[in-house]
Amino acid sequence: MGAVAVFFYVFAAVLVASAFLVISAKNPVHSVLFLILAFVNAAGLFMLLGAEFLSLILIVVYVGAVAVLFLFVVMMLDVDFAELKQGFSQYLPVGALIGLIVLIELTLVVSGFVITPVALHQAASPVAQDANNVLALGEVLYTQYFFLFQGAGFVLLTAMIGAIVLTLHHKPGLRRQNIAEQNARTREDAIDIVKVASGKGLRAAE
Amino acid sequence: MEIGVDHYLVVAAIVFTIGVAGIILNRKNIIIILMSVELILLSVNINLVAFSSYLHDLTGQVFALFILTVAAAEAAIGLAILVTYYRNRGTIAVEDINQMKG
Repeated sequence: MGAVAVFFYVFAAVLVASAFLVISAKNPVHSVLFLILAFVNAAGLFMLLGAEFLSLILIVVYVGAVAVLFLFVVMMLDVDFAELKQGFSQYLPVGALIGLIVLIELTLVVSGFVITPVALHQAASPVAQDANNVLALGEVLYTQYFFLFQGAGFVLLTAMIGAIVLTLHHKPGLRRQNIAEQNARTREDAIDIVKVASGKGLRAAE
Repeated sequence: MEIGVDHYLVVAAIVFTIGVAGIILNRKNIIIILMSVELILLSVNINLVAFSSYLHDLTGQVFALFILTVAAAEAAIGLAILVTYYRNRGTIAVEDINQMKG
């Protein structure tokens, strides 16, 4: 058994185990941490497959951003998670049944397929022999898939604006600076000139 | 022992199954449901990258990159909706969310 096989089995076993713990952990914080472990091991699998760029992107985007976002939300919301866990045993039979059926179907599909030799010569964007993964991926992504790449950017922009609009809220009664209102003030509505009679003071003038 | 594309497909199938089962088992906890969706998308990515690697075709990796983008956007929007819902209702129980009309 070569080193690649050893690494594959280690990464695969830890990935499956941590994925199982994501859905079964009692504390959601532990779930998020196991999700991070699952993503790190998936990044290891990607590295074994030679997809170095995706492997590192998986760690940067998922572990660095998405998982931390989950962690923030889990810790920010003051929710009784034991109460939310109640239906677990009730849904266990049907969940296990559906999971088993899906697994059997997927195993049948996976064990029954053969890659035709023709497909090996019909690659839409074949990998150059001497180019490294990042260079090769960039050459395809910025030429052949340029519009899809732009579309992905728009998806992210929409998500960013949507998330900001959804979560931004103004407290009522909070005093904020309104520059337009400040600039629109005139001398007339800002000050009042009162003619004060000599020797009588301001009270008498009213 | 040679590690073939089948090995990766089996791992992806198991992770996909765990994700589907997680959605059904944690019907009340929407945070775990979102994490299960992430697991399902991860298994799809493993399939795409495995085929991309064994067929020497970079298209699979490009599409895995797009799935990664969509998954990140989905997580951000999902959690933003969750935070807004919690702020309005004081709970994140999924069975009450059908009142979120209009």
